[in-house]
Amino acid sequence: MPRPKMTVIERLYLPEISKGLALTTRHFFRNLWFHAVAVFDPSKKSKAMVTIAYPEVRRPYPLIARSRHRLTQREDGSPKCVACMMCATACPAECIFIEAEEHPDPAIEKRPAHFDIDMSKCVYCGFCVEACPEDAIRMDTGFFELAYFDRKGLIYDKAMLLNDDPYAVPAGAVRLSALAASAKPEGR
Amino acid sequence: MEYLEFLAAKYRDISAAFLTAHPAWLFIIADVLKTVAMMSVVMLIGGLILSWVERKQSAIMQDRIGANRADILGIRLLGVVHNLADAAKGILKEDFIPPKANPFLHTLAPFLAVSTAVVAFAVLPFGGDVTVLGQVIPLTIAPLPVGLFFVWAMMGIGVYGVILAGYVSNNKYSTLGALRASAQVISYEVVSGLTVLGALLIYQTVDLRQMVAWQGGHSLSQIPGLHWLPGWLPAWGVFLQPVGFILFFVATIVEMKRIPFDLPEGESEIIGYNIEYSGMKFMLFMMSEFVESLLFAWVIVLIFFGGWDLPGLKLGAFGVDASLFSHAIPYAIGVGLAAASMALKIVFFLWLQMLIRWSLPRVRYDQLMNLGWKIMLPIALVNLVITAALALLV
Repeated sequence: MPRPKMTVIERLYLPEISKGLALTTRHFFRNLWFHAVAVFDPSKKSKAMVTIAYPEVRRPYPLIARSRHRLTQREDGSPKCVACMMCATACPAECIFIEAEEHPDPAIEKRPAHFDIDMSKCVYCGFCVEACPEDAIRMDTGFFELAYFDRKGLIYDKAMLLNDDPYAVPAGAVRLSALAASAKPEGR
Repeated sequence: MEYLEFLAAKYRDISAAFLTAHPAWLFIIADVLKTVAMMSVVMLIGGLILSWVERKQSAIMQDRIGANRADILGIRLLGVVHNLADAAKGILKEDFIPPKANPFLHTLAPFLAVSTAVVAFAVLPFGGDVTVLGQVIPLTIAPLPVGLFFVWAMMGIGVYGVILAGYVSNNKYSTLGALRASAQVISYEVVSGLTVLGALLIYQTVDLRQMVAWQGGHSLSQIPGLHWLPGWLPAWGVFLQPVGFILFFVATIVEMKRIPFDLPEGESEIIGYNIEYSGMKFMLFMMSEFVESLLFAWVIVLIFFGGWDLPGLKLGAFGVDASLFSHAIPYAIGVGLAAASMALKIVFFLWLQMLIRWSLPRVRYDQLMNLGWKIMLPIALVNLVITAALALLV
């Protein structure tokens, strides 16, 4: 492999090192100044760092980001789902379990008696959303912090999937991140 | 209240009178105070502040926040609490000694590494002389006439801690790490010794206090051909030995085994001499690095940057003989200015070491040896010869 020829100045090494050190020095003093300004004037947003202090501060995610599922509702609050099993069939991880039953309304054929998603198996591919003919399942809650001390917390049943609050915790489950419930991402 | 004042005045008189009559006690008290002050500064900076600076300075340089999550009752102190957490972790961690290692030598090694570095501070002056109750007290724990050699000897012994650590761990990788470390440190001790010889030729002393006095007592305008320079420009070592200073600075970074020359440790990936150490013993190795970085910053300031000398304020031995300032400047302010200038120079060099540590990538081992033996050693020799010739002529 041909190596780039270095000039004499570059081979002396010290001038090039000084250039690098000058860059880091510039960053050091610039950020130090911004930090100092932020200390004395907290209203000023610090430009000194690119870090986001998760979980207190969260980055807004794009709306098309695939996150925890939810079941969309009819006007009466019942799920739009007609238990056609398209999502369960499309699912490559086989994490959707549906049990169908008769719908009281004769215009609608079926409804799910049970609709469970095993979040520990889900691969967030979004195929279930693509497969659904009724727009009954979506992955737009913006929530993905599925970390529990117990596997039972990771099995989301129909009631959990219909819950409007994406931060709701399944009954009896303890979430790992204590702060997760208190902080919600900006812009949602 | 009046009674209290009376008592205080009475005891002040008695103690002053007693110490004037028995100066031996004065020296004992001064020695204890100096030792306590010096050791607390060294331990505070080496054990607490530098690891905090390492975290925070790197974060600020790299547009990050830095470690700030550890807290005591919600008090985070800009991340200082992390160092307390470090200490708690080090103490509570299992102190593992490999089954086939010699437990005594295995425990001795980290103490050897850190104690030799700490002992070297005994000869480092933090000021000239102060006169208290008619007695001249040198602001050095041990005002040794051969101070520089003592520092060098202690650094030489410090390598034994590393070799011992690698060897008694009874582990092939740590032995290899120790070999790398000793080869590196010993190679660069040659360079650093030769570069300092140039400065010694000029100062004609190895007493660190005399070196500072020389730099404070001379000015650049005294050099033939440079008489047009203003008289207050100090004849600091860095102006007389610029090449020597750069070589010495690089050599000290190699000797304290910091990035970009951290091959013996290779914190993140290479396996080093300290792999069989855990808990507080491992932290002692880390601490010895920080203590050494303070030591070398101090030595550089003493040899090349005039110690506590402040241009314009002639403080050869803290006797304020002002040239720019008037004689009216009080003694205490002069002492304070001198101490502040010394501290500021040391802080600058600690900062520079950290800046280099967080800016430059690590060199390869062959590059390290090439740099030491084929580049720096010849330059140091030529520098020495030229300095000797000039010292003869001038």
